[in-house]
Amino acid sequence: MTRPVMYTFRLYIAGEALNSAQALANLGALCRTHLPDRHRIEVVDVFLEPMRALADGIFMTPTLVKLAPLPVSKIVGTLSQTEPLLHALGLAVAMP
Amino acid sequence: MKAAQAIPVKKMSAKAPTGIAGLDEITGGGLPGGRTTLLVGGPGSGKTILALQFLAHGVQACREPGIFVAFEETSARIVANAESFGWNLAELQKKKLFFLDAQPCSDLLQSGDFDLGGMLAALDAQIKHMGARRIVFDALDIVLALLSDPVAKRREIYRLYEWLLARGLTGIITLKSGGDETSSITQEPFGFMQFMVDCAVILSHSVVLGVSQRGLRVLKYRGSGFDENEAPFLIGKTGFEVVVARTLDRVDVSVTSERVSSGVQRLDTMLGGGYYRGASILITGFSGTAKTTLSGAFAEAACKRGERTLFVSFDSDGTEVIRNLASVGIQLQRYVKNGRLRMVSARAITGSAETYLARIKTLAKEHGTRCLVIDPISTWSRSGTDMSAHSVAERLIDWSKASGTTLVCTRLLDEMSNLAEGSSPLQISTLVDTWIHLNYLVQAGERNRGLSIIKSRGTAHSNQVRELILSDAGVTLADTYTAGGEVLMGTLRWEKERAERAAHEANEVAVRLKRVKLDAEEAELEVRIKSLQVELMAKQLEKTVLVHATESREGEFSRSRTRMDELRGADAAKPEPAAKSP
Repeated sequence: MTRPVMYTFRLYIAGEALNSAQALANLGALCRTHLPDRHRIEVVDVFLEPMRALADGIFMTPTLVKLAPLPVSKIVGTLSQTEPLLHALGLAVAMP
Repeated sequence: MKAAQAIPVKKMSAKAPTGIAGLDEITGGGLPGGRTTLLVGGPGSGKTILALQFLAHGVQACREPGIFVAFEETSARIVANAESFGWNLAELQKKKLFFLDAQPCSDLLQSGDFDLGGMLAALDAQIKHMGARRIVFDALDIVLALLSDPVAKRREIYRLYEWLLARGLTGIITLKSGGDETSSITQEPFGFMQFMVDCAVILSHSVVLGVSQRGLRVLKYRGSGFDENEAPFLIGKTGFEVVVARTLDRVDVSVTSERVSSGVQRLDTMLGGGYYRGASILITGFSGTAKTTLSGAFAEAACKRGERTLFVSFDSDGTEVIRNLASVGIQLQRYVKNGRLRMVSARAITGSAETYLARIKTLAKEHGTRCLVIDPISTWSRSGTDMSAHSVAERLIDWSKASGTTLVCTRLLDEMSNLAEGSSPLQISTLVDTWIHLNYLVQAGERNRGLSIIKSRGTAHSNQVRELILSDAGVTLADTYTAGGEVLMGTLRWEKERAERAAHEANEVAVRLKRVKLDAEEAELEVRIKSLQVELMAKQLEKTVLVHATESREGEFSRSRTRMDELRGADAAKPEPAAKSP
């Protein structure tokens, strides 16, 4: 078995907003279930770093950006629909 | 609506001018400052251009930096598309105009609920950074379409609206509507947005009788009066041009009593000096009655005075007009060469009367026109509805008066119609200042051109029908002869003139003869006076001689009596006088 691929995520949230909290929770749960010990999550609060959000082209919150493995992909929303999300992250095939 | 109440209601600040002349006039100064305006329109109706012009004007004229949030087109494309309007966006973009590309990428995945909080937070930072006062959200419907349920859409619209209000930004939100404006804008969530915003503007684009007509209508404007009618507009060379009818509070233009030559000397005399500067002159007539020639003469005279002139021909090419006019001694070529005269052929241009008007206005502005010729204006009634053509003609006259342009327009009369204006859909004769009518008079197998002044405001003008004569030397008017209640023209006039000349000559000979006779009689009398004088002198002489003779004879007699007495030695006593007399 090859070395497990490291997943790097960046999650843009809007402060204390409910959907942002949900997204954070859902992402955490997903990583724990499907990517134990092979994920890294960076959380960016657009209220605290608005210019960064502007530069990164983030207009909807919450937004999840998968930086690695390539290709980079963006997913907006609370990340509540697990099936399509896993498919999008390329994790669907890995599922038992 | 708790959130809305939490926001302190800001007093409506001054209006934010859009830089679109007609729109500012309709709204009485511009869009509501510090408030949100909804701009709704179908595809290609000009929403983006209007919004962009609003921002560009804000930066250039009002020192209000702006942000353009592009949900649909990329900013690079928008800037490129707007390049032709000359707003110099690339330059503005460096400092005062910020484009935010917020197009959702095509491979964007969606999982669950989301909101626009992130964008607004980012915009907050950008607004603070550049001190923006105006903001445009272009094609908000694109992002709203990503939200699945109507509740979420409504929530995001509120979020945006409240965000705008709280920051006191003058905003425009553009939304697409389907082809049929009335049905789609009342649909959720757009219908509800209309109730929410302070100002709503609808752009329409319809086709009437195969001619495109664009219209702009202000649906609502809280706290301000506005013109409620749909105003035609078009997208011209410098952006939006909304055409508004003259509003009541517009100031009258100052009029001048300066006269400008019509190019035909005798016509000037008939008009009491020429047309008034800034007046509108209508020349009507059937085809071939020299309408173009008369307007050409006016153009030449204007160029001669050094005034910049625009000649718009709907009939023929500019070069054709020049050639044809040269045959009657009207030389326009040199003025075209030195740039004073601009010939525009609009024959091939199709479009609504509005388009023509706006094009003419733009051209006239570019050229710095003082004298404008439109030949013929009746073309307008062909394109689009009669009503729109009429209102366009009205506005043309209104505009030319406002700008002090002297306008000469010709109107072709239908061959079948008579002079009665009612037969023509374009009833502008009441609006113009001077109305010259040209017609043919058929008489004795001839067709001659007659010119009459039907009306001329503010001038005493000749009531006579004159004959219009075109020759190599130019255009002139000839006196007509009235004989038996009929106007004589052409050959009849020539014959009449010849007869008069002959009669005049005969008369002159008679006079000469009479003078000679009188001279002779006078001479004879003088001779008689002389001979009588001589006779008188002779008589006088004779008389003198007679007197003299008598005297000397009496003296002699006396003397001889004395002598005789002496000789007789008679006494001194004198004899009785009775005895003395014989």
